[in-house]
Amino acid sequence: MAEVDNKALFEFLVRMGDNTLILGHRVSEWCGHAPILEEDIALANTALDLLGQTKMWLDYAGKVQGEGKTADDLAFLRDAWDLRNVLLVELPNGDFGQTLMRQFLFDAWHSIILGHLLKSSDDDVRAIAQKASKEVAYHLERSADTVVGLGDGTPESHKRMQAALDYLWPYVGEMFETDDIDRAMAAAGVAPEPSGLKADFDALTGRVLADATLTIPEGKFAHKGGRNGYMHTEHLGHLLCEMQWLQRAYPGCEW
Amino acid sequence: MSNEKTPSRSEWPLWEVFIRGQHGMSHRHVGSLHAPDAEMAIKNARDVYTRRNEGVSIWVVEAKHIAATAPGEKGPFFEPSESKVYRHPTFFDIPDEVGHM
Repeated sequence: MAEVDNKALFEFLVRMGDNTLILGHRVSEWCGHAPILEEDIALANTALDLLGQTKMWLDYAGKVQGEGKTADDLAFLRDAWDLRNVLLVELPNGDFGQTLMRQFLFDAWHSIILGHLLKSSDDDVRAIAQKASKEVAYHLERSADTVVGLGDGTPESHKRMQAALDYLWPYVGEMFETDDIDRAMAAAGVAPEPSGLKADFDALTGRVLADATLTIPEGKFAHKGGRNGYMHTEHLGHLLCEMQWLQRAYPGCEW
Repeated sequence: MSNEKTPSRSEWPLWEVFIRGQHGMSHRHVGSLHAPDAEMAIKNARDVYTRRNEGVSIWVVEAKHIAATAPGEKGPFFEPSESKVYRHPTFFDIPDEVGHM
């Protein structure tokens, strides 16, 4: 097996950690605003799970980087161009249906990659995957059920879910993009090549979206640029502004 | 009666939630919640009532399926047992070696 290059490993870890960081923050924006109490608490639980996973990924990333940075440093003191999350997770919440559709699409990918990471050659990656995969199995169950419930619900909910799918689908492709970093991770047995996860993802989403009576858009176009840091959407800066302002305004502040 | 007919509302039904704290214990009522169906009621119960590791098993039952005593029947139902101390096993001497019971 190929030697693991720390720079590539760091990139892989921040990609994982930034996905959960940004989605966790997005989901937390619903706290106190969800349509009903039960969903509000469920979403807050999901957000907290994702933030917990972020801490594990970014702490390990900091260790690999070797500059003495903690998960907090990486989460709160990097600007948009240094973040490596896929564009899908930084998109605005929209309505509740759009939030849950985004969650489902991410959960589907997330559960599949974590399944592979359970067999990673890297002990820390394996340990993180073990903890995260149980949480994510539940996230997926919940978001899939909600997508089916709303998609196959009233004419109004169906219309909104189809609109959400149409809007979000072009952001799915980025999750399966494979570059040199991914190839290095695969060669070292740390992580699978994302392109290899597409078949499982298509099977899973195809089944759930058919149950939800929703039509997967035909277009093949994929928005890219998040996970390689080329160009994020304009939404990320606004998100970071809210998420990071305290550490930016009061550097080192603790409470 | 000003409110003879309950207006039909598209609210989810109410579910009562019972949670078993640990193996060997009985399920205990912990509260209620709203959900569209039994599956979602269990998921909601998981998210609302077991966030702090409270349970190993969840039961939910739609509140309308619970038959209950009426407050007005309190007297005939419960008061007669108040004066029957002999139903409590308090008149037995417990041997010391039994320890705490």
